[in-house]
Amino acid sequence: MKFGLVLEEMHRSENDLAHHLLVISERHKVDHEIYHLARDLARWSQQHVREIADIAGNYGQDLDPEPRGEMGLMETVREKGSEMVGRRPETGMLLLRDLRELYLKACGVSADWELLAQAAQGMKDKNLLALAERCHPQTIRQMKWANGKLKESATQVLVS
Amino acid sequence: MARIDRIAEPWGTRTPYASGGEWPVRVDTHLAEGVAAEDVDRWVQTASLLHSNGDAMDIAVKDNRIVGVRGRASDRVNHGRLGPKDLYGWQANASPDRLTKPLIREGGKLVETDWDTAMQRILDRSKALLAEQGPSALGFYTTGQLFSEEYYTLGTLAHGGIGTNHVDGNTRLCTATAGEALKESFGCDGQPGSYTDVDYADVIALYGHNVAETQTVLWTRMLDRLAGPNPPKIICVDPRMTPVAKAATVHLAPRPGTNVALMNGILHEIITNGWVDQEYIQAHTVGFSELEKEAKNYPPALVAQICGVPAEQIQEAAGIIGHAERLLSTVLQGFYQSNQATAAAVQVNNVNIIRGMLGKPGCGILQMNGQPTAENTRECGADGDLAAFRNWSNDAHVQDLARVWNIDPMAIPHYSPPTHVMQMMRYAEDGSIRMLWVSGTNPAVSLPELARIRSILEQDRLFLVVQDIFLSETAQLADVVLPAATWGEKTGTFTNVDRTVHLSEKAVDPPGEAKPDLEIFIDYAHRMGLQDKDGQPLIKWHDPESAFEAWKECTRGRPCDYTGITYDKLRGGSGIQWPCNEENPDGTERIYADGKFWAHPEYCETYGRDLITGAPVEPKEYKALNPEGKAIIKAAEYMPPHELPSQDFPLQLITGRTLYQFHTRTKTGRAPELQAAAPDVWVELSADDAGAYGIAEGDLAEVETPRGSVRAKVRISGIRNGVLFLPFHYGYWDTDGGHQPDGAGRAANELTITGWDAASKQPIFKTAAARITRVAGGDGPSPAPTTTASAPAGDFPDDARTRGIATALADEATETAGGER
Repeated sequence: MKFGLVLEEMHRSENDLAHHLLVISERHKVDHEIYHLARDLARWSQQHVREIADIAGNYGQDLDPEPRGEMGLMETVREKGSEMVGRRPETGMLLLRDLRELYLKACGVSADWELLAQAAQGMKDKNLLALAERCHPQTIRQMKWANGKLKESATQVLVS
Repeated sequence: MARIDRIAEPWGTRTPYASGGEWPVRVDTHLAEGVAAEDVDRWVQTASLLHSNGDAMDIAVKDNRIVGVRGRASDRVNHGRLGPKDLYGWQANASPDRLTKPLIREGGKLVETDWDTAMQRILDRSKALLAEQGPSALGFYTTGQLFSEEYYTLGTLAHGGIGTNHVDGNTRLCTATAGEALKESFGCDGQPGSYTDVDYADVIALYGHNVAETQTVLWTRMLDRLAGPNPPKIICVDPRMTPVAKAATVHLAPRPGTNVALMNGILHEIITNGWVDQEYIQAHTVGFSELEKEAKNYPPALVAQICGVPAEQIQEAAGIIGHAERLLSTVLQGFYQSNQATAAAVQVNNVNIIRGMLGKPGCGILQMNGQPTAENTRECGADGDLAAFRNWSNDAHVQDLARVWNIDPMAIPHYSPPTHVMQMMRYAEDGSIRMLWVSGTNPAVSLPELARIRSILEQDRLFLVVQDIFLSETAQLADVVLPAATWGEKTGTFTNVDRTVHLSEKAVDPPGEAKPDLEIFIDYAHRMGLQDKDGQPLIKWHDPESAFEAWKECTRGRPCDYTGITYDKLRGGSGIQWPCNEENPDGTERIYADGKFWAHPEYCETYGRDLITGAPVEPKEYKALNPEGKAIIKAAEYMPPHELPSQDFPLQLITGRTLYQFHTRTKTGRAPELQAAAPDVWVELSADDAGAYGIAEGDLAEVETPRGSVRAKVRISGIRNGVLFLPFHYGYWDTDGGHQPDGAGRAANELTITGWDAASKQPIFKTAAARITRVAGGDGPSPAPTTTASAPAGDFPDDARTRGIATALADEATETAGGER
């Protein structure tokens, strides 16, 4: 069954989203709402990773329940870097680029949840469907957050 | 008539009354030494500008000087009573260090100049920036202490004339969450409750609301109910042993930052025990099933762990709330300035909604304000929202506002949510806001993480205009300082938390060349040549009354409808509650009485936000969710605070406001009785923590967070273990440092974290990780008041208890000396 591949991709894309949120958080430490919220929202994806790994065994997949780790040194370097360039206008463009990428990644994860939910219905697998129903709304909220922040930040960055 | 020391007895003498009874009149008066009531030349009508209660009073004038105040017996808000800040605070008006001439920066120093020169400087910079960058270079940051007429003028010139999106008030720090919580639950700002709900309630639940200190006269009303027959039960949620906590049937003292978990625990009990009004929920609300689902996750045992509150206490509180017949809920900074502010405040709304306790006597919600005119900052759009609760994401509303202002709708920035003050500071930091005009507020003391704020405001590339009555810490950093008139020196209206509108009349002339804020804003608009689409001046009014008439037109048909109010109607008698229009010529005591809300998609002020992420809800989503404009029940999960205690910083710091001082003490610090009652900063900690750290009452201690340090004398109080409290009033204007610390820090905001609630954008002042160390022994108790939440926990010398200086005696008349009610 090709379904194992869906789980594997889901696991990868949630891990990737969590990682991107953490990178954005560190890179924009001086944009405090981005810094704090991105970390909060990364936790959702990390929890999704755990839950996907938990259920994957039922489908013959062995996926790591631990979300992809962060490198301590790089984190600090990015945060310091953020503080150093935080007073320069170019950081605004970088923020827009990061938010745009985040939005696209979250859209991708959202599409993955759609696939998983469709498969769950085909297999009449209630646990799997419940997982999708629990996690997918959070993905959509991550998406809307990225989109909202993008809209909110764009004018000042682009027209100043 | 009795004389009483209102510093020692902040709430005065009890006048008990029963449920459903009329609160007796008690007229409070304080006059300058040697002045008797008969000596007074005239009494001039106004209301309090030193807290948010809206206490009506008359200013005593003799020889064209303010010589005292007297409460207005006939007013619905206070029935003649005044709080300590009202009784003594008026003296600040006559301080010798009032600003009397404009100042400009020359060679690095502020020097006196004339109005033309100062205004020309602002004009030159405004025009240059508009030409070079456009409106995004200009920001306006105002207050919660000007008048409606002034806010409306500022909002109009900034949004409709300059075209900038960067407009906010310091109400962001105190009342933004009140407004946002009401918008989220009811689609629109507007207070469901009325102060008279206190007269009828059988349960009053106060969430993070130390009303005894922030609205002393409202607490007096509650105390009088408690002293009478059939008193209400009080539920208090506060980590400190406040006067409210002492009077409470149940006092819950949760770990800072866990309010949403606590509220979900209470909702869990209410829902699982079936203490809900299913009929009301069916008929008047959407979203209940989401709340049921969320609350299920918060059984009392789990909540007890998260919040550090016994499960039985949560059950007991929920039981009392669940059995209440007339439930009044009030909320303030303990929720608004803490983690998940809006989500927590919305859960309080949910309690009243699902119990069907709205719009009936005793059944209300008071999402409180922190400042006297905060409601007007919100209504008039001086907090960045569009005037008269118009919805920036509804094109029809923008067009309607453009019609009122006679401008092109495109001229009103509405492409994204308004820029809140913390974001404005970020734009000033990245260099894209290059001119900031601050009126009537002191961000160099009141915003979080002061070292950062100072470094932003000090930048050469930022042109800072400060309009104030004293040379505040912020004014000392300005490029241009404009001297303003204040309460008693200008005329205007303002509205308190229960929608009561008062007129505040000019009693005396402002000092020197100081001008009313309204005049300053109008002057700027005209000098800038701001025009409507027919080439006429954008600002078409010229004095307070004509500004009020213009504002009324802007509110026509909106929830905050002022069209039935005139200055004449406000003169004499009592304040009037909006909406006041043809249908409700005497105002409206309770809104939402019929279970109808201002939440219809075409009418609502906002489509709301995600309570966790803050992402705006799209118009289409809102219409699908709530096509008929019912009350919106929004659930929220608990998220831990962004800064948690650690090995290095094992405690949690909360900051707050206290009884005798107001904000950064610009006025109260210049009133001798108030300043003597709370002369310097203190830090509170519990007896257990004091023992653990080897600290005694009165010791000098250093409080540190990752952002800075403050030195303060220790008060061992009834605060929760593991929590420190610092009052936020004490900055540097009366120290050698001038605008910044000279050595040890004194301002609580040296320590606070830069972070805010994602929905309301209110900064989080109450969950910083901190540590405390003893620096030196003291020579007596700390300067903290003993009458309030900072009351000492253990034995305490009698002669060190808070009492007034000789001039603190005030008159109290329980007969009707000030007039009938």
